[in-house]
Amino acid sequence: MDAQTTIAKRIARELRSGMLVNLGIGIPTLVANYVPSDLRVFFQSENGLIGTGPIPEEGMAHPTLTDAGGRPVTALPGACTFDSAISFGLIRGGHVDVTVLGGLEVDQQGLLANWMIPGKMVPGMGGAMDLVTGAKRVIVAMQHSAKGKSKIIKKCTLPLTSARPVDLVVTELAVIAFPAGRATLMETAPAVSVAQVIEATAAELVISQQVQEMQF
Amino acid sequence: MIPDGASLMIGGFMGVGTPERLMDEIVHQKKRNLTVIANDTAKPGTGIGKLVSAKLISKAIVSHIGLNPETQQQMIAEEMSVELVPQGTLIERIRAGGYGLGGILTPTGVGTVVEEGKRKIEVGGKEYLLERPLRADFALVHTFLADYLGNLAYALTARNFNPIVAMAGSTVIVVAEHIVPVGLIAPDHVVTPAPLVDYLVANE
Repeated sequence: MDAQTTIAKRIARELRSGMLVNLGIGIPTLVANYVPSDLRVFFQSENGLIGTGPIPEEGMAHPTLTDAGGRPVTALPGACTFDSAISFGLIRGGHVDVTVLGGLEVDQQGLLANWMIPGKMVPGMGGAMDLVTGAKRVIVAMQHSAKGKSKIIKKCTLPLTSARPVDLVVTELAVIAFPAGRATLMETAPAVSVAQVIEATAAELVISQQVQEMQF
Repeated sequence: MIPDGASLMIGGFMGVGTPERLMDEIVHQKKRNLTVIANDTAKPGTGIGKLVSAKLISKAIVSHIGLNPETQQQMIAEEMSVELVPQGTLIERIRAGGYGLGGILTPTGVGTVVEEGKRKIEVGGKEYLLERPLRADFALVHTFLADYLGNLAYALTARNFNPIVAMAGSTVIVVAEHIVPVGLIAPDHVVTPAPLVDYLVANE
């Protein structure tokens, strides 16, 4: 299983029937592919849709039915559309149960930086600041390292997305939670040892009493 | 009607639900030095991206420019100033402008670079940023359905910023995919009431 699939499959296990869930662009989008078909999860696209379905078959795309990246999607039976004020009222108002976003850095207190690299990449924060500030539960889906450097570090060097810490980070190596504001190793991926995760992580990790193996 | 130097609020999200015909006409007439308030600058060749490519925008107040490298180039070359605003804050600032509010209090941005230069107000033990209202000379709106009075009903994800900007422009210009006789849109399905709309333009 490649890194992206490992991350997406593990995060899919966090979702329950009836939840309203917002998936970001990239690895987070893949999570929808691994939700068991007997679960009724409501996926939100922040451009104004609840009930986002899979990418349409060729020739079936509708020009005004798109996701937050502007790409064609489908709407499942029971879907609804709304304006951006309602969309962000849902997000900021705590009505979104889970948001899954990508990350550039997460620090050992759980603070996330994911919207700019000064001087290099300034895409704008889009909806990320509202999502991290307002969703009930924030899950970061990202690879453990970039260019050989750990993305889980002591203190974020990039501009923060929110002062609110995230709840869970899932990488291809580990699941890390932040009880009492400290990065805590909860699970390791199959065939990955605790020592390997510690070696790959630049943050100080608390090791849970019972580190489990990731289940999918 | 739109002079050089005008401020424009434009509906649309990555070009979806943007009044393309107005974008084409503004490019055709080479209106310059525009201030654009919108969710994003779309992609080159689409929606607001057309105004960017023609270098007509001097200031953009938007939440996202990541999919338009031309916006980033003009920003770095200081041909365009870009104010990045969190999307939920941007839509509420526009809503405040249109609804006659003096601003909004939001937790989004507290503890980040977004809070720089802004007042923080504590309510019930929680900190909020005071974000100021936005209005514009013109609101440029895309709708699916309009009747001849100007009642508007939107469709699918082309709704996005449109009904909110329709409240916050001094002059509201609407491009409709379909214009139908008065009475055909059920009162309950009208999202933007006719008196808000100043000009209605057919899509083709």
